[in-house]
Amino acid sequence: MGDGVPQLITIIVYLGLLLALGAFSGRLFGGSKEDYQVASHSIGPFLLLMSIFGTTMTAFALVGSSGEAFREGIGVYGMLASSSGIIHSLCFFLIGVKVWQLARRHGYATQIAYFRDRFDSDFLGLLLFPILVGLVIPYLLVGVISAGSVIQALTAGLAPEMFKVTNAAGEVNRAISGGIPPWLGSLAVCVVVLLYVLPGGVRGATYANAFQTIVFMVLGVVTFVVIANQLGGGDSFFDNLRRLTATVPESHSTRVDMSKTKFLTYLFIPLSVGMFPHLFQHWMTAKRADNFKLPVVAHPVFIMIVWVPCVLIGVWAVGVYGDPAMRPAGPPLPKNANTVLAFLVKVHTPPILGGFLAAGILAAIMSSLDSQFLCLGTIFNNDVVTHYAGKDRFSDSQQVTMTRGFIVAVVVVTYLLSLGNSRSVFALGVWCFSGFSSLFPIIVGALYWRRMTAAGAIGGVCAAIISWSILFWQGTKVPIAEGGLSEFSLRLPFGGEVYELMPVTAMIVSSAVTMVALSLVTSPPEEERLRRFFGPRSV
Amino acid sequence: MSNLKRRGPLIVAVSVGVLLIAHQDNWFWNDDTAVFGFVPIGLAYHAGISIAASIVWFVATRIAWPLDDGAGVVDTGAAMSEPSHAPE
Repeated sequence: MGDGVPQLITIIVYLGLLLALGAFSGRLFGGSKEDYQVASHSIGPFLLLMSIFGTTMTAFALVGSSGEAFREGIGVYGMLASSSGIIHSLCFFLIGVKVWQLARRHGYATQIAYFRDRFDSDFLGLLLFPILVGLVIPYLLVGVISAGSVIQALTAGLAPEMFKVTNAAGEVNRAISGGIPPWLGSLAVCVVVLLYVLPGGVRGATYANAFQTIVFMVLGVVTFVVIANQLGGGDSFFDNLRRLTATVPESHSTRVDMSKTKFLTYLFIPLSVGMFPHLFQHWMTAKRADNFKLPVVAHPVFIMIVWVPCVLIGVWAVGVYGDPAMRPAGPPLPKNANTVLAFLVKVHTPPILGGFLAAGILAAIMSSLDSQFLCLGTIFNNDVVTHYAGKDRFSDSQQVTMTRGFIVAVVVVTYLLSLGNSRSVFALGVWCFSGFSSLFPIIVGALYWRRMTAAGAIGGVCAAIISWSILFWQGTKVPIAEGGLSEFSLRLPFGGEVYELMPVTAMIVSSAVTMVALSLVTSPPEEERLRRFFGPRSV
Repeated sequence: MSNLKRRGPLIVAVSVGVLLIAHQDNWFWNDDTAVFGFVPIGLAYHAGISIAASIVWFVATRIAWPLDDGAGVVDTGAAMSEPSHAPE
């Protein structure tokens, strides 16, 4: 078989399995809007765990983790993974369970419906709508673009003449030339996601997520074992692990080059899950409050299972390729850190594993994409059309049809946008998380602070988005050669030292301070409304 | 057990605070010791933080779970409906 053929066959088989799963979940669809948007609140603990984990883990969990470890060393695990283990579960515990209870009681399927009702403010809903949609779209784009890039890299050599890729000097780019072009790979992924989400709605997405989460967790570990044995070159797996780690330079086996304050303030980034609209929708699918217990407990360990092997592979690549005695024969490492994992798999493992890894990466990507497409369709239907046109104007089946229509429209728009400039979108993706995190004080205040007012909520949202915009504009001034937007950080001079802080720190502080200040200077909310959300005031 | 449950939220809050402080491990910042000969200690320590987080959250589900199952949920049949602002 030619280069790229086994990989292509594996990818096609995998996508076919997803379509079969979509058809199966479509048969279980009950026909109502409630079933389509929140699976009739019927999802048990295992499926809830797998769907939530699959939704929060994107391509970054496999590709980005090894790539970042390759660039910055083992510190990325503490910065991005162990912090998420603590904070994500904290969000499920403090926010997920509470909003599930309120949403079941009052019938919300989206965050906007909750905020609008909690503060009796249509304007707050109108304000949040473009912000949430605007923050989800770049996040979607990263997934769609990553899918196209991964398929191209792992099918390289499939059709050398038809899909030839050359660099600026006219030389063939061997890493990707001949592979399925990104526009076609991205299109295939969009169509497959659409076909398994459309029939069954969130139930289809939940089943697919559970399946895909198992796929990318298992394939991640298998890839780790095979690469360790291939790169190590010895007979014993543990000897290979020791040999490989011994090659890692101090810059990557420690955090000597990492800012301690930046590491600390990275803790704010995972707060974003508290405001992800797609995660909110998955929370609503839970059958019982107790079903949240398994996701809360297992999430940190699941992150560890996926991230530790990828981080080790990233730092080994630095060590092995930097050590003349260990450096494998063949092409040199690619310059793009995010392609290191795909490169190692392509060069050091059998073609079939390359196909499996492609399936694993696509699984991680699609398990987030499906939920994001679905939540945007739901927001358009519930918070725009139904809310303003009147809830009695459309039947349940008409609303399901409209939700499907909006999902198709979102997929088409996302796909068309993905054909544009991908480089800037990747940088923008990093900022999406900061944007969601900056809204974290608003959801916590709404759930736990009786004195919070509509003015406080609106002011807090405005402060979040204004501070985000100012810092983003500052970030665009950072030259690409110095890392561009993704490397922008705040620099705080204090006591003769300069401390680096993540921009999200300023966003969270500004939204929290504005929210508290405006709430305290405006009239308290009506007691009757508060009773609906907090119960009677304790004496 | 009831005494433990009464103090549950405080115990969990303190435990999560300890986890967050432990997360900032300045003491292993420049240490390149390899645990079991193959895991850099900065990575092994943070993998331990992940396991500790799961343990803390397990304890939280036992002594500080915010809802009795089904508590406060009145399935009125009005689920998914929302107040409309359209003219009647």
